[in-house]
Order: sequence, then structure tokens, then C-alpha cells
Amino acid sequence: MPDYMPHTDLEVEAMLAFLDLESIDQLFDAIPKALQVVGGLAMAEGAPEPDVTAEMERLARANTGAASRLVCFAGAGAYDHEVPPVVRALAGRGEFVTAYTPYQPEVAQGMLQAIFEFQTLISRLYGLPISNASLYDGAASVTEAVNLAVASSKRQRVLLSTGVHPTWRSVVKTFAKGTGHDIVEVGLSDGRTDFTAVSGLDDVGTVVVPQSSYLGTLDDLAAARALCDQLGAVLVVVADPILASVLKSPGAMGADVAVGEGQALGTSLSFGGPYLGLFACTAAQVRRLPGRLVGETLDEEGRRAYVTTLRAREQDIRREKATSNVCSNQTLMAVTAAIQLGWLGTQGLAEVAIRSISSTRYLAEQVTDVEGVELLLPGVATARDVAVVTPIAGDELLERLAGEGFLGGVALSALTEEGDGSVDPSLRERAVVMSATERRTAAEVAGLVAAIAKVTR
Amino acid sequence: MTNRPAPGGRAASAPLIGRDREPTLFEMSVPGRSAFQLRTTGIPVRPLSELLPSELLAASPTEIAEVSERDLVAHFTRLSHRQFSVDLGAYPLGSCTMKYNPKLCDTIAAMPGLADVHPATPTSMIQGWLELMVELEAALCEVTGMAAATLQPSAGAAGELTGLLLMAAYHEANGDRRRRVLIPDSAHGTNPASAALSGYEVTTIPTDERGLVDLEALRASLDTDVAGIMLTNPNTAGLFEEDIAEIAAAVHEVGGLLYYDGANLNAILGVVRPGDMGFDIIHMNLHKTFATPHGGGGPGAGPVAVSQRVVDFLPGPKPTRLADGTFGWMTPARSIGRVHGWHGNSLVLARALTYIKVHGGDGLRRVAERAVLNANWLRRRIAEHYPAAHDRICMHEVVVTGTALKRATGVKAIDVAKRLLEEGFHSPTVYFPLIIDEALMFEPTETESLQTLEALAEALDKIALEAHEHPDEVLAAPRTTPVRRVDEARAARNLVPTEDARG
Repeated sequence: MPDYMPHTDLEVEAMLAFLDLESIDQLFDAIPKALQVVGGLAMAEGAPEPDVTAEMERLARANTGAASRLVCFAGAGAYDHEVPPVVRALAGRGEFVTAYTPYQPEVAQGMLQAIFEFQTLISRLYGLPISNASLYDGAASVTEAVNLAVASSKRQRVLLSTGVHPTWRSVVKTFAKGTGHDIVEVGLSDGRTDFTAVSGLDDVGTVVVPQSSYLGTLDDLAAARALCDQLGAVLVVVADPILASVLKSPGAMGADVAVGEGQALGTSLSFGGPYLGLFACTAAQVRRLPGRLVGETLDEEGRRAYVTTLRAREQDIRREKATSNVCSNQTLMAVTAAIQLGWLGTQGLAEVAIRSISSTRYLAEQVTDVEGVELLLPGVATARDVAVVTPIAGDELLERLAGEGFLGGVALSALTEEGDGSVDPSLRERAVVMSATERRTAAEVAGLVAAIAKVTR
Repeated sequence: MTNRPAPGGRAASAPLIGRDREPTLFEMSVPGRSAFQLRTTGIPVRPLSELLPSELLAASPTEIAEVSERDLVAHFTRLSHRQFSVDLGAYPLGSCTMKYNPKLCDTIAAMPGLADVHPATPTSMIQGWLELMVELEAALCEVTGMAAATLQPSAGAAGELTGLLLMAAYHEANGDRRRRVLIPDSAHGTNPASAALSGYEVTTIPTDERGLVDLEALRASLDTDVAGIMLTNPNTAGLFEEDIAEIAAAVHEVGGLLYYDGANLNAILGVVRPGDMGFDIIHMNLHKTFATPHGGGGPGAGPVAVSQRVVDFLPGPKPTRLADGTFGWMTPARSIGRVHGWHGNSLVLARALTYIKVHGGDGLRRVAERAVLNANWLRRRIAEHYPAAHDRICMHEVVVTGTALKRATGVKAIDVAKRLLEEGFHSPTVYFPLIIDEALMFEPTETESLQTLEALAEALDKIALEAHEHPDEVLAAPRTTPVRRVDEARAARNLVPTEDARG
């Protein structure tokens, strides 16, 4: 069977002879015979590439909801943005794709400089001086931000807005079982985090708020900052990077840490991964920064050079004293984001933000013209997502819309757990979050509106 | 010394050129220049001031950079030429398994039916993805001898943390609060860091003169306060822990679980399975063993497979085959909860399944055989100047020591590593494991040819001779790379993490 190993039979024989061995099995003599696999693994035999391609194509075809087949109005943390051929071509270069972590800077200046450029871009978007080289995804970034904030404040109690993406909150709560952090979820009122419900709590060291929420609503960051000043707490803002280009930055609003999901910066929908965790913080927090950090320096001849720095923070040096265990991250997605942002430029990124906000507002206006369809939060300004309530169950609506050629959004019944503080329980079953990126057209919106009118009749 | 051209070797250093620095994107920026082109939508664009409260809006958009598409392509192409990669040449970096990444896997991962799927798409419309994940889970369980797996963790370290939370959940369900995890002194740094983040205290177990876990020390550390042990087998010295059956029995006897760090799984594919050795929880690094590309430090994927007794605690929701033959989601009865924002690094998972399908069970065993054969051939071939720390058959990687060379010439392991860059090979891992003096850890992987290994050995011999005759030459290396040795102390002392921090 063909594979990717170069050895000829003669070479294998020669190599064994060089080792004074007679059979390849002798290489495994240190492994007790009683433990060894007998008769091979119970798996299909290997197959040539064209056969495997045909099988994987069959699986791909079975994904009838792919954005290549349905017009995508789903958002809520993952967005269908333009990723042009030039970005795909550059990000797909083998030198980037097949490199390892830049442990030898002399032969890794390409990745290191690209990461340095990425760090600069995220630092500017978030309005904070320090950005790391990426974490796994938005959920991981919020988790690490909480870890940093607890270590910094030395207080276990964390106020977590339910405007933060529901599954990310689940991840934060899972990992809090190990760290012992006390995660207190704070509900929303008119789309804003309602801190009045938890005003009696003391010992709060961390406050986490979104900008925007997964429902598209915008929070009052000035109020969150004032609360943190009063409590002596660390402010973590979970910020959408596209919106960040046109809104006052988290840093400008007083965030100590800003985190987010960077998928919208050049990564395809990818069924949820690999995505890109963004993480930025103030200079005061740099010694607690999780993950890798690239810094500029000079080589022996005085040439500008880049290198991973402040390494003493990382797990391989601090071991059990580390506050983060991150090793591999999502560097390729970070480099992709740098390329995508380079393609968009100042004007293009703002344009994507403005169009996404503008088109989602247009979508909301058109959709609510349908009889029985209303906004979940009437009169509340929303940015790139908007939640609507229809006469039928959200999951049923999406099934029916798929039959009309649309991925109509994300049903809150699937995304949130029952009793979630972010949504009115009486409306949750019928609520759907929708989004229109800069890729959606007026004709597509008209088609969706007609389809909703048809399937909810 | 031959000058026969070999795959890898000096030829591989040729594209790494450019003695002048590449300007940054920001230095190339010219106001008013642009590259982007967006779709014609027909939707009126309204000013933000009409859409959002004015107090939220920035005075002007964030400044990115303004370059042409042509300049963008040239910039990142030049950066790519300053980057070593598996595509370019041999990357014998121990413990990282830098094997060839088949192009097929990238092509599959780019198929629109996989890459363009929104993660919250309803179940009926993602049957292909769910089937793919169920099939991958089954394959990984067969390879590891486990009962079920989660595909959610994004990397090995995320897998470790997940696995340790599973360990804690298992004990807690038994009404058992245990505080300690045992970790050998040769372990990867992520192990103790993950243990600490899951609330455990770490007890370090020493290595004996064989390079293996000191069984007596282990027994002395075991009591009912021990939640479990984290082991890599083969260990980081590239040696198989021969006493694994005894270790497993001893840990299980006090009610502890065995955690397998799958970083070195490549050595034993189809030969021996962690489940059969007695392990209860294992994470795999798909970006090592199953050839998904490393991407310059990620994305990886770190699925966690478990034995029957831990199955109920796995993260959810989990892809599953339903009674009617279709696919859906299920959450295990006593799940620890989600460990990923969505379903894991899905496109990495698709690559790994593709790789597994091409190889099959027979091919995976051949992977382990050739990986171990290559490591042992290299071990013996370079032994004259670089003796193995433990002189016997190794697994997929070999740790050699530069102690004698350093004593005789003043040339250290790091100097050999830097000099090797001039010869067109990526450096081995140096100074790890921490317990071996002047360690150089080589992992050639199964995809390098005998000719490439010979070229690597010749380069190493040449460096050793040069160290004796002209040590200054070695100490000055690398001289042919885009930059020479960099001032790491300066980078830390005078932190410049962004363009805007430059003084």
C-alpha cells in the first residue's frame, strides 16, 4: 500500500543490519510481549488518496447546511465574512503551514515578524499595549482572562455577564472546577449587564462584560469600569474585533484585559475550529500574560530581529507554578488574521464593520415587517447580531428555512441552557439570533424575508 | 565526507535568504492605498451615527496599514522565505514529531462542504461532520485501546487539563477527595502546569539510572491521597517504561488513575496500546502523531480518550450515532461540561481522519516501525561524537549528550544546534529533558529517508570535528541565516511587543 514513508525494503534490511537486528519487531523488545497488539489494529486497511478523497467528499456532501449551499444569516460568535483568494493563497503557504513553534529565531523570522505584526494589530484594535501571539479561541481567551484577573486581584469571585457567548461561559465554568474560581453569572436587562442584582456581593475581583453581547446588544463599559474601581476589581471586556475598529476601544474605556474571538479576521466558519483566541492587556499585567509573546530585538550584527520573549512566564519553565498551561496555540490563524487585516487595511476593516452593522439593522427592519415577527429586545440598539422572535419554535423555523435555501440564524433554544439569565424564558424557545455580514445582498435578505413569511404562516 | 546532494541538507538553507530586514506592514503603509474588494450588496449603508449611540463610537477607525495587494503578496512571500518548515527540510525536533504533512489532508480540510459550515448549524444539516467525528473517535479509541473520546480539546495542554478534570470528577463521584498527582521529573512542562490548574499538588517522581521511573520511589509516594499519575510512554528520554504493568497495578491498588501524555504516541502505533498498558485517560496530539501541520505553533488538536470507568464524565455535547442510523449530539450523564467554545478544532480533526484512512491499521503500525528504525539508525550512526544518554534501543527519538564535547572543546549543545542551522537542518530539541546534561533530542520521524539521515549525520560529524579544530567557528554560528543569534536579554529587558512600542 502506498504511503508517505520513503524506505525501500532493501533500505529497511540495511538499516536493521546496521543495528545488528534481524527483524523490525526486535526494535520493540523492551515492550512486554503480553501487552503488545496481536493481529493488528481492528481498522480498515489503508486506502489510496483518490479513494479517501471520494469518501471524504461523501461526508462533505452530507453537510447540507454548509454556507456554500445555504445563504448564511447565522452569526452569534462565528461569521461568514469575505476571505479573498489572496489571503487564502498567502496563509496557505507551506512555509507557514508546516513550521513549528519559533524556538530557533534565526530560521523563524518569517513567523515571528508576522506574529509581531498580528500583535500590533490586535493591540491597536483593543487599545491596549500588549497582545499575545494567540490562544485557542474566544472561549479559551475568556477562561485565561479570568485566570489572570483572579491571580492579579487575589480574589476568587468573578462576575460574568450573561451577554458573553453562552458556550464560552460554559467553558469558563468547566475550568473553574479545577481552579476553584467562584463564577457568578449576571443577567441582562434590555441587553445590558444588570449589576444591580449582585450589588450586595463583596470579594469580587473580576468583572467580565461583552462588547457586543452574543445578542448584538452593547454594554455600558463606563459603568462597568466604575464598578471595578469601586470594587477594586479587574475589568475584562470580551470584544468583537470587527466592531472594535469603529467603537471606542476596550482600552480607551478602561479595560485591564480585552479578549475575543478572531475567526472573523480571515478564518472560514470551519465548523467551529480552528478559530483564534485574542488576548490583550495593560502593561501592568504583562508578567501574567498567558501564551507566547514576540518581542523585537537585535541580532549580533545589530540587525532588527524578533524572538519569543518573557519566556519565564510559560509552562515549560514555571511548571507547576504556572498560571497557564498553554503551549501550542493558533499561530497560523493569527498570521492569517494579520494577512486579512493587511488586505482590508484601515478603510476596508471599517467598511466591513459599518456594513455588517448597517446590513444587520436592514435585516432586522425587513424581517420584522413579517407578521408575527418581532425583535426580542425592541428599542435596544444592536450591532452585528440581532435576536428576533417568530410565531414558531426557533429550531423548527431553521429547519423550514433550510428547505427554502437559507441558514436563517441560530436558535436560542440550542445555544443557551434553560434558565439562562440572558433571555426572557417565555421567549427563548421562539428566539433566533441573526446576522448579516458585508457579504449579504438585498436580494438575499428579500429572499429570507419571503421565506420566513411563507414558513411561519 | 561526501558532497552528494541529499534531500535536506545545505540545499534546504538556500531559500532562507535576505540579509536586509523586511519592513513591517506598517512601514510599507501609504495613506490612501488599498487592496480590499467587497461584494456589491444593494443594501444602503447608513452612517454609524444613525445606528449606534454616539458615545460608543470612536472618532476615527483603528489604523491598520494601507498597502496594495501586490505589496501584501510580496511582503508575506518574503516573510515565508525567512521561515524553516517541514516542507523545506528535515526538522528532527525531539518530542514534536515534525513528520511530513500530506497535502491531501489540507485539500480535504478546504472542501467547502467541511470548511464553510457554521458551528451552530442544526443537526439535520451537519450529518457529514457528525459522522466524521464519530468515525474519528472510534479510530482513536481503537489505536489507544480506550472506550470513548472527546474531540473538543484544541491542543495537547488543553487535553491534559481536560483529562485531569475527568480524573477529579471520577474521584469526586466516588466521594473521594484526593489532592496529589504524581509526575516524573522527565515530564513535559505542560504536565505539572495542567495539574496545578486542575487543583492538584504535584509530587515529582525521580528517574533511575536506566532512564525509567524509579519504581521504589513511586511505591513510596503512593497512598490514597494520590489521584493518579501522569506518564509519557515512551518517556521523554525516548525509552519505553518497561515496568508499566507494575506501575499500573501499584497506582490502581491505591485507587489512583493513570494518565497517558500522548506526545510520544507515534512510537507505538499498532504495537502496544495505552489502554492495554493500564492507562485510564489519554490525550493525543493530532498535530504530532496524525500529521496535521503545526502552523508555526498551532492549531493543534488534543482529543482525550478514556477507559470505561471514566466515560460518563466526558465533555459534551458529543457527536453520536443514533439508533436510527443518523447522527446527533449527546451529553454524557455526569459530564464535566464543555471544554471548547464549539466542537473542537474541526478542520484539524478532518485532516487527522484523512491521514488515518490513507494509512489504515497496517500503515499506522508501519509508521511506528519506521519512526523507531530511523531514530535507532541515527542513534548508532552519530554515537561516536554524540553518545546516547542511555545506550540501548530507543523508541521514536533519541536523547544524546554533548557533555564530553563540551568538556573537550567548550562547544555546548546549543552551539551544535545553532551550527546545524547552517547545514540546512532544523535544530534538535536542546536541554530537554531537564534531567539529562547537555541534552540534544533528535526525532527524525518516519518520513525522512536514509539519505537525509546520512546527510544529517555527516553534518553532525563535521560540526564535532570543527568543534575540536576551530571551536570559534561553531560558536559563531549561525552566520548564513536571515539573522544571526539574537539578543534575547535585550528583548525581555526592553520589551517591544508591537510596532507602536518601538522607541
